[in-house]
Amino acid sequence: MPAFNQSRSRIIQIIFLAVFIIITAQLVHLQVFSSKYKMAAESNAIFRKVIYPDRGIIFDRKRKALLQNNITFDLVVTPSETKGTDTATLCNLLGIDTTEYRKRMKEIIFKNTAVRPSTFEALLSDEMYAKLNENMYKFPGFILNERKARTYPYNIGANILGYIGEVDTTFLRKHKDEGYEMNDYTGMSGLERTYEKVLMGERGVKRYIKDNKSRIQGSYENGMYDTSAVAGRNLYTSIDVDLQALGERLMKNKVGAIVAINPKTGGILCMISAPTYNPNYLTGSERRKHFAELLLDPRLPFNNRPLGNMYSPGSTFKTVSGIIGLTEGVIDEKTTITCPGYFTGCGNGKPKCLDKGTFNFTNAVAHSDNTYFSTVFKRLLEQPRYGGADSALTVFNTYASSFGLGSKLGVDLPSEKKGNLPTSAYYRKKNGGKFYACNLISNAIGQGEVQTTLIQLANVMTIIANKGWYYTPHVVDSIEGGDEYNMLKAYKIKHHTDNRIPDSVYTAVQDGMQAVVDYGTAAGRSKIAGIVMCGKTGTVENYDHGIKQQDHSFFGAFAPRDNPKIAIAVMCENAGQGAWFAAPIASLMVEKYLRDSITGPERNAQLIQLENTNLIPQRMRLEMAKRDSLKQIRESKKLQEKMNKENIDSIDEEEISPEIKNIPNKEKNNPTKDSSPKKKTNTIVAAFLNNEKKKKHYIA
Amino acid sequence: MSNKNNVSHGVDWLLILLYAMLLCTGLLCVFMVEYKPDTDWIASFLGGKTNYSKQLIFIGICTIVATFILLADSKLFTAFANLMYAFGIVLMLATFVIGRNVNGSKSWIPLGGGFNIQPAELCKIFTALALAKFLSRQETDFTKFKSQLIAFGIVLFPALLSRLQHETGLALVYLSFFIAMYREGLPGIYLIIGFAFGVLVVATLLVDPNILAITLTLIAALAIYLLRRQIKRNKAGLYVIVAVWAVCVGIQRFAVPYIFNNVFECYQSQRIYMSFGKDYDCSQNHAVKKDKGNNKVYKPDDYNVRQSKIAIGSGGILGNGFLKGTQTRGKFVPAQSTDFIFTSLGDAFGLVGCLFLLLLYLFMLFRIIRVAERQRSRFSRVYAYSVVSILFYHIAVNILMTIGLFPSIGIALPLISYGGSSLLTFTTLIFILIRLDADRQMVLR
Repeated sequence: MPAFNQSRSRIIQIIFLAVFIIITAQLVHLQVFSSKYKMAAESNAIFRKVIYPDRGIIFDRKRKALLQNNITFDLVVTPSETKGTDTATLCNLLGIDTTEYRKRMKEIIFKNTAVRPSTFEALLSDEMYAKLNENMYKFPGFILNERKARTYPYNIGANILGYIGEVDTTFLRKHKDEGYEMNDYTGMSGLERTYEKVLMGERGVKRYIKDNKSRIQGSYENGMYDTSAVAGRNLYTSIDVDLQALGERLMKNKVGAIVAINPKTGGILCMISAPTYNPNYLTGSERRKHFAELLLDPRLPFNNRPLGNMYSPGSTFKTVSGIIGLTEGVIDEKTTITCPGYFTGCGNGKPKCLDKGTFNFTNAVAHSDNTYFSTVFKRLLEQPRYGGADSALTVFNTYASSFGLGSKLGVDLPSEKKGNLPTSAYYRKKNGGKFYACNLISNAIGQGEVQTTLIQLANVMTIIANKGWYYTPHVVDSIEGGDEYNMLKAYKIKHHTDNRIPDSVYTAVQDGMQAVVDYGTAAGRSKIAGIVMCGKTGTVENYDHGIKQQDHSFFGAFAPRDNPKIAIAVMCENAGQGAWFAAPIASLMVEKYLRDSITGPERNAQLIQLENTNLIPQRMRLEMAKRDSLKQIRESKKLQEKMNKENIDSIDEEEISPEIKNIPNKEKNNPTKDSSPKKKTNTIVAAFLNNEKKKKHYIA
Repeated sequence: MSNKNNVSHGVDWLLILLYAMLLCTGLLCVFMVEYKPDTDWIASFLGGKTNYSKQLIFIGICTIVATFILLADSKLFTAFANLMYAFGIVLMLATFVIGRNVNGSKSWIPLGGGFNIQPAELCKIFTALALAKFLSRQETDFTKFKSQLIAFGIVLFPALLSRLQHETGLALVYLSFFIAMYREGLPGIYLIIGFAFGVLVVATLLVDPNILAITLTLIAALAIYLLRRQIKRNKAGLYVIVAVWAVCVGIQRFAVPYIFNNVFECYQSQRIYMSFGKDYDCSQNHAVKKDKGNNKVYKPDDYNVRQSKIAIGSGGILGNGFLKGTQTRGKFVPAQSTDFIFTSLGDAFGLVGCLFLLLLYLFMLFRIIRVAERQRSRFSRVYAYSVVSILFYHIAVNILMTIGLFPSIGIALPLISYGGSSLLTFTTLIFILIRLDADRQMVLR
């Protein structure tokens, strides 16, 4: 009996123990310390379904919904689960080729990993949804995900409302802790962006258990970790749908902007940026295409002109210079100044004035006399009591900035510009350290370095209407359920202009502005029977790349003079004098707002005439034509490729194909025969020729 | 033989208790794997359609078999050991002729009535008995090389046959008999050589061949330097070192690649490489080279192991709860009721559940060793060590495989995995031991 080997039983026991300890160590590693497996298990077995809440609705001042929600579907893919998908059929249904399919997949995997669901095709059309829904069983890994999309029943207000879009990686990085995920939508511009926090609501998450074939097995932990979606809150705005619609109608085929403000509250009644686009354009299945189209439009429809563009305010600025001149006592209401045809104060014959003669203050405003206000400004700058032109300009700027000029007003829409009130330091730098009053005399008539946004101009009109106070212009009056984030606080503060300005000064300016409409520059077409409107025209010289362009047409107004209800600023780029377009447009807008309709056949005819006038500047037309022709060539190429394909595909068309092949040859012999492609075939030929030429070029 | 009529006399009840507890745990696990929330589980338990119901039937059969074994005379096992071994070998050889193809290995003999028998599985018992018989012979002197060679033959012959039936997992089981032989006096050098070989293979997989060769050379040089005095006296030491170095480098350079490319199937090589986190290039494998026309892409199939690790990790410390294991309910782990049954425990009961099972097993292993050491008869002791070795091998390899530390080979978790064949084999193994142990006082040899 080899009992001497008994010690070996210990060794064997130690070996057993050692192996069990290794197992335990690995178990502890897997189950306690490594979160990797826990997460993998979760992504294996738990299906997270995001419940999107309804975004808040935006209402106008009469509680009409400017936009609504409706349901659309996204095609969502989890790339790791697409094994066995009938790619060919899917591509066919979606109208894409397999290269595109693979490209998109690669992109999705790169952006959002292969195991998480990503949108493959967003916002499917109803027809597409029906087709896909029937065939979904062929596409494992793909699901149709419901999503609420915006619709705009009035087709207006794109620049105010803005649009929503899928968040990108930059956005996610910036808004890390706000719970956004890939494929979420967020407000990209307009109110949608400013009030995103309130509009978005809170997303809910439902968790389900799924099995190895991604079949839902039931809710996870009886819905213990589920959160329910909380709908976004509604916004009540001061926008007037009818006024906005009329404004967009009037600004059709024009480049410009309109802003109307309720002087009592600072609520923006309408804000038109022309050219604009139908907001419904950016929802639905064609979104991507339309977006690209709009982005490439040389007229820049995404530019919210009333806020985002700065202009020389032109003669409308004379109201401000006049107020400052009167307040500082360099003139009074009775001061008269003679214009022999140009301003004589600086000896360079500039600026010119349209009407020769002698004007008192009221008439100077009424006839927009450049000499009068140039003189006022020169007197102001040369007042000995300021101790120099520098400090005189500072005094001027102090007044002007109390009108909300030279800095952002703080409108509740994104991308507002601040305008410009030039300082003496700026001029000294520009003119090599010297500073002459004559260098900046054109500022008095809004033509120099002074720049304002149109909303600032409308705000100046509000101030004159109110005789010295304003609320910051804003779109949103109230938020459903209260202003939790203090987003509207700034709009409840009443701002006053410089307290040195007495009421009498405003009265004098109002007299002048009333005269503008009654018998001045804007007399005639802009007069509304029975309504006392005060206004000021502006005709702004402007240059594009140093070439003088047709003047911009400006008009600022408010009405009625007593108890003003609307202050408005209208701007039409390259439309000529202020009285030609901006003033009549403003008068129609004012009448519409005050009377709810345009009265009289004459006025209605005027409306239609204005609506039908095309004032798109020549340079933009050229660019558009260029773009369109490029597009045509591209499209014809596409068409030709398609036709070629069909020729290959179908035997029946074989007879036709030689014809098509022959045409280019004929055309080559006589290429000038038909240079304007009218028929489809001819277009094809043109494209074909184009190709041919290119090829030759490359060979050469 | 005072209590001849009392079968229960001397029976190790603790071992039977452990056995029963493991069976219950196993049944629970199989139930968890196949449970569906909406079914009436009592009805399906009795219905005989589901796996857990079948497992219950197997347990019933095992109880009957166990009772018969306990009723049998222990002398029977010693007397018929060699005969049974021969019978087992014949069965295994017969498999090549009348075998049935199940899951790619031709190792099953159909018995009719839908039942199959796997001789390789049964042969474990017979080999244990035969080895015990051989070592317990009076004329066997295990210190002699010839005896060792015969013992190796007894153990390795069925292993070879298993390998030829493409049952690599079962073939490797026979290596566990070396533990029993070690206890009976097999020089430790065999285990050390085996262990060193294993380390060398692993090192070959993990380390760049040239770096490994240089390392081995450096070790050899260091050994020569340290032993320079002894070597001066006796040149043999130097030769030994040089020989060992040459063998090591030879293994690392030629033997290991040869084994992976020519002995193992492509998927086996891949699995082994994978458990060390490496990729195996299948295009070098003999099986692939043979049929070049077949352009099958050999993808690494670590899906099982990955899902298995995920399922175990999913449990955390306390687990997801009974019948609430997310991975189990989602059926993410393939073969979860058989080879990967351990995952269901990890998923539902977490670390606590796993440690409970491990302790149960460890307790059982140590109990058997204790039983073995109290035998007077060498036959019983060798047999007991064989049983404990087989059990240990199964437990260790199965669990190491599910937690991703060992290449996945189809091997059952003793008494837990679903399946009648393996359950019956382990029952027989354990109850023969209990029978032998009960009679330990009677047998002198």
